[in-house]
Amino acid sequence: MTSNVLTLGKDLIGLEQLTADQILQILDTAEPFKEISERRIKKVPVLRGKTIVNLFFEASTRTRVSFEFAEKRLSADTVNISTSGSSVAKGETLVDTARNLEAMRIDMVVMRHSASGAARFLAERIPSTVINAGDGWHEHPTQGLLDLLTIRDRLGRLDGVKVCIVGDILHSRVARSNIYGLRTLGAEVAVCGPRTLLPPMVEELGCEFFPHIEDAIQWADVLNVLRLQLERMESGYVPSLGEYNRVWGVSSKRLDAAPKDLLILHPGPMNRGVEIDSDVADGSHSVILNQVTNGVAVRMAVLYLLAGGQLEKAEAAKQGDEP
Amino acid sequence: MSEKLILKGGRVVDPSQDLNDMSDVLLVDGRVVSLGPSLDAPEGAQLIDCEGLVVTPGLIDVHVHLREPGGEHKETIATGAASASAGGFTSICAMPNTDPPIEDPAGVGFVVAEGKKAGKARVYPVGCISVGRKGERLALIGEMVEAGAVAITDDGSPIMDSGLMRLALEYAQAFGIPVADHPEDLTLSAKGHVNEGVISSRLGLAGKPNASEDIHVVRDLMLAELTGGHIHLQHCSTWLGVEMIRQAKARGVRVTAEASPHHLVLTEKAVEGYRTEAKMNPPLRTQQDVDAVREGLADGTLDTIATDHAPHHYDEKEAPFSDAPNGIVGLETALGIVLTHVVKEGVIDLPTMVDRMSCQPARAFNLPGGTLVEGAPADVTVFDLDMAWTVDPAKFLSKSRNTPFAGWDLTGRPCFTIVDGRVVWSL
Repeated sequence: MTSNVLTLGKDLIGLEQLTADQILQILDTAEPFKEISERRIKKVPVLRGKTIVNLFFEASTRTRVSFEFAEKRLSADTVNISTSGSSVAKGETLVDTARNLEAMRIDMVVMRHSASGAARFLAERIPSTVINAGDGWHEHPTQGLLDLLTIRDRLGRLDGVKVCIVGDILHSRVARSNIYGLRTLGAEVAVCGPRTLLPPMVEELGCEFFPHIEDAIQWADVLNVLRLQLERMESGYVPSLGEYNRVWGVSSKRLDAAPKDLLILHPGPMNRGVEIDSDVADGSHSVILNQVTNGVAVRMAVLYLLAGGQLEKAEAAKQGDEP
Repeated sequence: MSEKLILKGGRVVDPSQDLNDMSDVLLVDGRVVSLGPSLDAPEGAQLIDCEGLVVTPGLIDVHVHLREPGGEHKETIATGAASASAGGFTSICAMPNTDPPIEDPAGVGFVVAEGKKAGKARVYPVGCISVGRKGERLALIGEMVEAGAVAITDDGSPIMDSGLMRLALEYAQAFGIPVADHPEDLTLSAKGHVNEGVISSRLGLAGKPNASEDIHVVRDLMLAELTGGHIHLQHCSTWLGVEMIRQAKARGVRVTAEASPHHLVLTEKAVEGYRTEAKMNPPLRTQQDVDAVREGLADGTLDTIATDHAPHHYDEKEAPFSDAPNGIVGLETALGIVLTHVVKEGVIDLPTMVDRMSCQPARAFNLPGGTLVEGAPADVTVFDLDMAWTVDPAKFLSKSRNTPFAGWDLTGRPCFTIVDGRVVWSL
């Protein structure tokens, strides 16, 4: 076989550095893994004997559980470490934490950390594979990948698809991973929200900007609606959650004015009645739960590929072949 | 017996007397005694062969952090002074943001005494503007000047209260010292870690916009104009700030200003990959800003090159970007960086460089030195314009290694540093 064997390298830090082929390889590898979660016995021996640490310096339910399911369904041995606050506050440096884990001979670390760049920092200092489960405002690559997979599932393509990310782009690692991944695969990306919650010079990242949600809805095929955290109001970025809902909230009334049916994504957890109304979240346009399901498959694909697996062998690996 | 030192055969570059020619220099008992071609070496004089080398008035850095007291794991006055000597600096001005801060005559006296004990460079204390660097009320400025302070600043922090800055600029005039400010409006920048722009957006780091610096530059210029006081603006990094200073100088405002070597040669791109060794405040900015700082240095809008030497222990920089402290060491790379990337790139000529690194700093802070006229202090820097070397932080005399210039190939480095007529360092 002469097909190029692509590798992702040692780590998955972000989508910004990945090529279109690398991203497609992950999405394509996720396809055969979807089926594992539909079985009665949801376990295959793909990562048997691998030790994975889920190192969460920030609270997370959805992402941590999704990674844990992915790891367990691939038969990896996992340990969860959750610690509130940064490692610095805890008194031990991130380097020391990582070196201690390393000394116990682990294979992979899945890390969430409040500091942008923390995943890369760790990856440069330990030989184990590092998977970024969210670093500060920087990237959340597996969320970006599951969003891409969900859009591709529904629309059959990513090239030329118009995706508008709505809400707090400034503080959002989901937004950045979406922007990089979508643009690399040929989608058009726009952002919409109050100017106070946009990164400076966001247009230079290749995004159109819509100040008004009505215009975004006219333009887009897909809305990726981000959570508006209460603390953004407390810090003065928006005057009130109620006003935010009135001006930028995604409601069925606003969606009715769209020239076509829109796909509605949300990375969760949702603030119903703030950035998204319940009838939209629960409505026919919503693929929010499909995202969650796809999250497990995408994370399985990432774990498998970073452990040395190949797309062409994914089907066989499910049957028990070593990666 | 008198101490005599003769520097033979060098090219003397001293803009204070418009000198750029082959000349010998005779130093006796800590003073420049005579200059001229083929001076006879008096009996008992130590001779230094300077053939092929450049001889200048000793370099002066008006902005260094020596960390003592309170930060001795990063630097001490002794190691900072040694680092200065290895960089060709004969005089340095120590910022007061230590722990405790230098805010009274006892603190000033401590720095003076430790500097003398170190004996490697003249260490001049700079005192705080405000008590405890809190920006609330004036520190004991007069008493600190009596004890040896040469300027005041709350550097590391700006004076946010414009009323207090006005008082400082008025009050300091009685003592003939400049008020140095780190211009930054913290309401715009306190959470920032890098220049605000496309790189901060991509990396997901909060930024410090140019406006946060510009607003305080303009405010300080207005207050200097209002009061007639001398404002010294530290580490200027923005294009508009440079332009505002230029306009203020044209109106006769008493302002002097610094350019740091890193803001002359690096852009915000140096932080790509979350490189904490390129994290400083003010942050590295865009090429447009670098170009403006270079132009400002060339036309004299920016009077001095000052390193903002800011040592940190490697553990402190070995952290995720937002957890790492601001600042880089600069004393031992400044001359090589400026010669290689400013002078040899044609931004300024050699005499202008000596002016900005020796004559103007002396003038701005009313320090002895900055000249080799007869009778001047025998502070001299001798360097080789053409010597190629590679920056190796492991060889620094500073206690700290935090530099973005590690591994840089430079041309030009100091060979002899002479303070008070004694060779305190040689290559």
